[in-house]
This record gives sequence, structure tokens and C-alpha cells, in this order.
Amino acid sequence: MSNGAAVAHDPHHNPNLAHHFESMEQQTEASILGMWVFLVTEILFFGGALMAYMVYRSQYPDAFALASSHIAILPGAINTAVLILSSLTMALAVHAAQTGERTKIMFFIVITMILGAAFLGIKAYEYYEKYEEHFIPGMGLQFIFPEPEYQQNAQIFFSIYFVLTGLHALHMIIGLGIMTWMFIWVKNGTITSEYFAPIEISGLYWHFVDIVWIFLFPLLYLIGRHVHHV
Amino acid sequence: MSENSIHHIVPKSTYYLIFLALMVGTAITWWVATIDLGPMNNVIMLTIAVTKATLVVLFFMHVKYSNHLTWAVIAGGVFWLLIMLALTMNDYLTRAFLHYG
Repeated sequence: MSNGAAVAHDPHHNPNLAHHFESMEQQTEASILGMWVFLVTEILFFGGALMAYMVYRSQYPDAFALASSHIAILPGAINTAVLILSSLTMALAVHAAQTGERTKIMFFIVITMILGAAFLGIKAYEYYEKYEEHFIPGMGLQFIFPEPEYQQNAQIFFSIYFVLTGLHALHMIIGLGIMTWMFIWVKNGTITSEYFAPIEISGLYWHFVDIVWIFLFPLLYLIGRHVHHV
Repeated sequence: MSENSIHHIVPKSTYYLIFLALMVGTAITWWVATIDLGPMNNVIMLTIAVTKATLVVLFFMHVKYSNHLTWAVIAGGVFWLLIMLALTMNDYLTRAFLHYG
């Protein structure tokens, strides 16, 4: 009882330190570990979709290479660069949080969000292109593949393309939501030079989504580049 | 290693260097994809992707400076992913063997 009162009046006690943790360091380490446990579930979640990609690509390698060669590389490559750049600005936001530079955290969060939004804009343009080219399987739309002998198996490729990029885009949208939340927390003073674990673990999420794209770009855009159209 | 993990501040120059490496890796991936190397195309493409992902995990995500427990969790996740991919492909890629008998 008296011990509890002593803690409450301790001038060094951080109000953000939950009672079940010994120190801010221990609390931060626990939240980083917890975030990694979540990210492991995410690795296996995207892994399941990649598994489907691997199985079908091994069954229909020609259809996959040909279907992939119909996707324009440039928007995907620009998006890869945009995401890598956003990971850099995210890392710089966490750096600013570690050094306690509030204005800089907000600046880099906003830049990260602008880049994330740019990615989604380019992605939306790509989806529209697929619609124009009749590369959307299902949904009552007509799927027309230039090489009719691959008409069916190319649909499998594009189904997987839309599932993978769609799930990735959903993660980007959630990431923008998290960044908005973090921006508000920095602005209203919740985030301090002692309590910045939320920025750090939001950064982990953002970088994870970047890593997913690092795999999606070559697997979806580049596997048919050296295939000559017959 | 775990003692200073929270207070370890990675210098900005490291971030710029990693960013540069990731961009170069992307450019090489694109360039290599235009050359027909047979099955080696996949090997090179995935090697670069795994290298890029490792750089992001180690430096952007600070895992290089994290404690052993974090390492164990990540290694466990990747290991289980590999179990899923390897055992499933082990099934699919060997089904045709049945017809050889």
C-alpha cells in the first residue's frame, strides 16, 4: 500500500509506464516483441497466398510467364521506388522520435503518408489499366487474353495477382490509418522523448508492408520479361 | 546486445546507405529479368529479394540491435513459412513421379 503510494508520487515515474512493467525499457521491448509476433502471423498470412502462387506457377509456368509479360513494368517499378523511399522516411521518423525532435517526426510521418497515398494512386491506375485490357477475371467482366490457348490459365495468374496486390493495398490503407493516428499522438503530446514505442512499432508495420512488395514486384511483374511472344 | 537495444540510435547515414542498396537491388532485378537465363532467373530474382528484405529487417526494423527473443520469434516465423512452402512443393512437384512406375 505504502509502496504503491510511493510509486505514484515518484517524480521519475513516467505516466505512460503500465504498472506491470518494471521500466520504460522493458515496456518498449515487450511492445516490440509483441509487434513481431503479430508480424510473424502476417508473414504466414501472405505466405499462404504466395503458396498458391508457387503451386499454380509450377503447374502452368508458360501461362504465368506470358500473363506476367502483359503487365506494364514501369508503374510497378515506380511503386517499388516509392515504397522504398517511404520506408526511408519512416525510418527517419523513428529516428526523430528517438532523438525527441517532435516537428521532424510529424514532418516525416506526413511525407511517409504522401508516398503511401502515391503508391495507392498508381496502384489504382494499374487496376484501371487491367480493366481496360480485359485482364480482370470474374466479377461478371469479360476476360480476354491475347493468346487464346492460355485464356484459362492466365485467369489463374490474374486472380492471384489481384488477391496479392489487393491484400497488399489493404495493408497500405491500414498503414495510412495508423500513420494518421500516430500523427495525432505526436501533435497532442502523447508521444514524448521517453514514450515513443507506438512510433517504433508502427514503423515495423510499415516496413513489413514494404517487404511484401519487395517480393511481389519481381514475382508478379518480372517473370515473363524474357519470354518472346509467339 | 539486449542491454542497449532501445537506446541504440542507428545513424542516419546507415539509413541512406540501405536505401541506396535497396534501389540498386531493384534496378538489378529489373535488368536481370530482361535476360533469359533459364531457371537462374528465378534464383537471382529471389536472392536479391531475400537480400533486400534482410536489409530492411536488420536496419530499418532495428533487428540487428534487438534482443535474442526477438531474433527467435522472427527465425521461428520464417522457419514455419519454409516448412509450409517446402512440404507443399514436395507434394506437388513429385505427383508426376507416380506415372513413371
